[in-house]
Amino acid sequence: MSRLTSAATEKRFEMKTVTFRIWRTDENGGGKFVDYTTEMDEGMVVLDVVHKIQATQAPDLACRWNCKAGKCGSCSAEINGMPKLMCMTRMNTLPADKPITIEPMRSFPSIRDLATDVSWNFRVKEKIKPFKPRTPDAPDGSWRMQQEDVDRVQEFRKCIECFLCQDVCHVLRDHHKHDEFIGPRFLVYTAALEMHPLDTENRLPELKQAQGVGFCNITKCCTKVCPENITITDNAIIPLKERVVDEYYDPFGWLWKALRPKV
Amino acid sequence: MATNYETFEYDVLIIGAGGAGLRAAIEASAAGVKVGLICKSLLGKAHTVMAEGGMAAAMGNVDDRDNWRVHFADTMRGGQYVNNWRMAELHAKEAPERVHELEAWGAVFDRTKDGKILQRNFGGHRYPRLAHVGDRTGLELIRTLQDHGIHQGIAVHMEHTVVTLLKDGNRVVGAFGYDRERGRFKIFKAKAVVIATGGIGRAYKITSNSWEYTGDGQSLAYHAGAELMDMEFVQFHPTGMIWPPSVMGLLVTEAVRGEGGVLRNKDGKRFMFDDIPDNYKTQTSSDPEEGWRYTQGDKNAKRPPELLTRDHVARCINREVKAGRGSPHGGVFLDIAWIKEKIPNAAEHIKKKLPSMYHQFKQLADLDITQEPMEIGPTTHYIMGGIRVNGDSQMSSVPGLFAAGEAAAGLHGANRLGGNSLSDLIVFGKRAGEFAAKFAKEHGVGQINDSQIEEAARKALEPFDRGAKSGGSAEGPYQVQHDLQEMMQGLVGIVRREDEMVRALDGIGKLSERAGQVAVFGHREYNPGWHTAIDLKNLLTVSEAITRSAIERKESRGGHFREDFPGKDAAAGKVNVVVKQNPDGTMNVRRETIPDLPAELKQVIEEMK
Repeated sequence: MSRLTSAATEKRFEMKTVTFRIWRTDENGGGKFVDYTTEMDEGMVVLDVVHKIQATQAPDLACRWNCKAGKCGSCSAEINGMPKLMCMTRMNTLPADKPITIEPMRSFPSIRDLATDVSWNFRVKEKIKPFKPRTPDAPDGSWRMQQEDVDRVQEFRKCIECFLCQDVCHVLRDHHKHDEFIGPRFLVYTAALEMHPLDTENRLPELKQAQGVGFCNITKCCTKVCPENITITDNAIIPLKERVVDEYYDPFGWLWKALRPKV
Repeated sequence: MATNYETFEYDVLIIGAGGAGLRAAIEASAAGVKVGLICKSLLGKAHTVMAEGGMAAAMGNVDDRDNWRVHFADTMRGGQYVNNWRMAELHAKEAPERVHELEAWGAVFDRTKDGKILQRNFGGHRYPRLAHVGDRTGLELIRTLQDHGIHQGIAVHMEHTVVTLLKDGNRVVGAFGYDRERGRFKIFKAKAVVIATGGIGRAYKITSNSWEYTGDGQSLAYHAGAELMDMEFVQFHPTGMIWPPSVMGLLVTEAVRGEGGVLRNKDGKRFMFDDIPDNYKTQTSSDPEEGWRYTQGDKNAKRPPELLTRDHVARCINREVKAGRGSPHGGVFLDIAWIKEKIPNAAEHIKKKLPSMYHQFKQLADLDITQEPMEIGPTTHYIMGGIRVNGDSQMSSVPGLFAAGEAAAGLHGANRLGGNSLSDLIVFGKRAGEFAAKFAKEHGVGQINDSQIEEAARKALEPFDRGAKSGGSAEGPYQVQHDLQEMMQGLVGIVRREDEMVRALDGIGKLSERAGQVAVFGHREYNPGWHTAIDLKNLLTVSEAITRSAIERKESRGGHFREDFPGKDAAAGKVNVVVKQNPDGTMNVRRETIPDLPAELKQVIEEMK
């Protein structure tokens, strides 16, 4: 018993300190890293430490967050260079012996500190043709679908719109193709619509042209950073690419379309 | 001058963009009026995303004995009969249509074998009734409404906070606020305003609610002259995470128990069998085997006591902990891993049915719920009370001001059933949007009062003035917020006593003085210190309303448990507690007699007993 007690006591006094190197913007649109050293309790996530710094050292430190449970996708940031949710990154997964860098998502314009202007994403979504269901299957206005037919769509609908995939995608991050490419998030969104068993809309022309599905060269960085573990590239983007290819580049497809009986 | 602020003009302005606000916006827009929607955070991030278990609608897809009458009776029983019965009736009748509508807008619910929307068991619901998507139903709801809503011509103002409602005489004619990104003031003129701002969880230390839930809507309405009702009824969800400390309060969905999870104390005993309230005895299983069969869809089995109403389960957990039978970190054990004794591939089954819970514990607590029991304890989750509204139209006691969702009172009475919140949002969000649009069509544009705006702007900026003057020595807002949360948790929490609540009132007075003196530093752009300073007024207002209402209700009922009045009082069961601001700014508390149920509804309740 006495051993247990002393171990517990030791633990309490063994509270670790940690240094966060946080990106702070200045009023001229620039910024620099500022170090904040603080004590850390057991089980803390990165967002807890940011909050602690906010409450004790930097009350005007801007960061977005909401649910603190990995469900709303607000607290996206680059932690030691990796795009992650701050609320789901436990401190014990990071090396504590050197400063931990916390930066905003670099693919989006800065607002202040860790908060970025992600409004481009909202504008992109509005341009994608909405869901258009077939007429209901039953007189009460409902439909019948089998679970195995909706499993894939449900995977895509897990997306919490944290935009980490957009942040990491080199087409957006390095090549700034924001006007020509909608990014992994909205390819997943489009895939969810296109593979929805009830949907009757055709989004392939836009996918090929304005939305630039061809820009993706399948490096799978988006899949790696997805906090919801959506297999973005394999399950969403590649099938969409295949649909576009089938529609526009398959000579047998052309022939079939030209010759098939019109129904 | 007020005319210098950017001004927007709408027919209907909706404050809050969770399930209720979005649904209201869609409905108002469909009625052909110009709609503005204000969200405190980014669109689609509201607390609705946190709802896990599902939305209750008596569609009868899994058990065809279900219908609106059963749902109505369940809701009234759960609410201990102080509900607004008209709302409970409309909710039970209209929820199925609202759910089907979501499917028409692209929602993808889990399916039954015959391809219909699957429904699951939940606490207090007699039959499997919750349409769901795994344990992320709230995300499905908000995303469906968002993705449909963005094509309906609604003007969305993201990351804006409203600081006051604008009035023309008795009527509400708009709102005044600022954008959080740049800190610029904005005027929103509107013929009707819908408040859909959600709850008040941030008044407490241990809560499942995010930072946004600071009682803004209740406070805005109160200061605009509206009545609040049932504020004493705060729901403490029985299962929140308690370890590690940084996730304390985070919700563990009731669906864990719906899927067969059981509660045990440190001795391994399923203590819920020891205390089954009389009005639920006939519906509750008497042995673990029957309870298990119920969770697996046996229509002849009765539900296990873990699925009794949330208020009761939370108190039982509290009792176990106080009696020294709790878990190491001060809660009890919630065990779903045990079902491996019953079914093959239990681990895979749990991951499929409760994916978010599996990841939540794996990532945040290093715990595999398919192998080990979770440690849980009660967490502040929801407020049944809120803005007092007309059951049909959702209009408050102030003309032109409507409320829906958690911000409104009535549907849930003294205790909300799990799953009745998401359906509340869509049923009454729709109604609020519909009737706000109707009001807007019938009324002209109101007159905005410049001096009211200037006064609000001056007040909002005061913390900066104090910061500049103090040179860094003045108190910031975070400590005041923290102290309020500690105090409400300790003195107006799950078990209440008159003397403690009187102390809390005194404490609220002192905290209000401190809140009036807090200082913030820096500039107005995305300044969380400033935002917190502004939220304090709302938190203090709702905390006072909760405390005064809780003192007024001298009995125990639903979410409100009085150690000094542990029993139910028949007379108190016939009234709602209503608060309203006196002309001198103090808070008036009164009892309002609940109107008699019509004979037809009375009969429904009798039949379902």
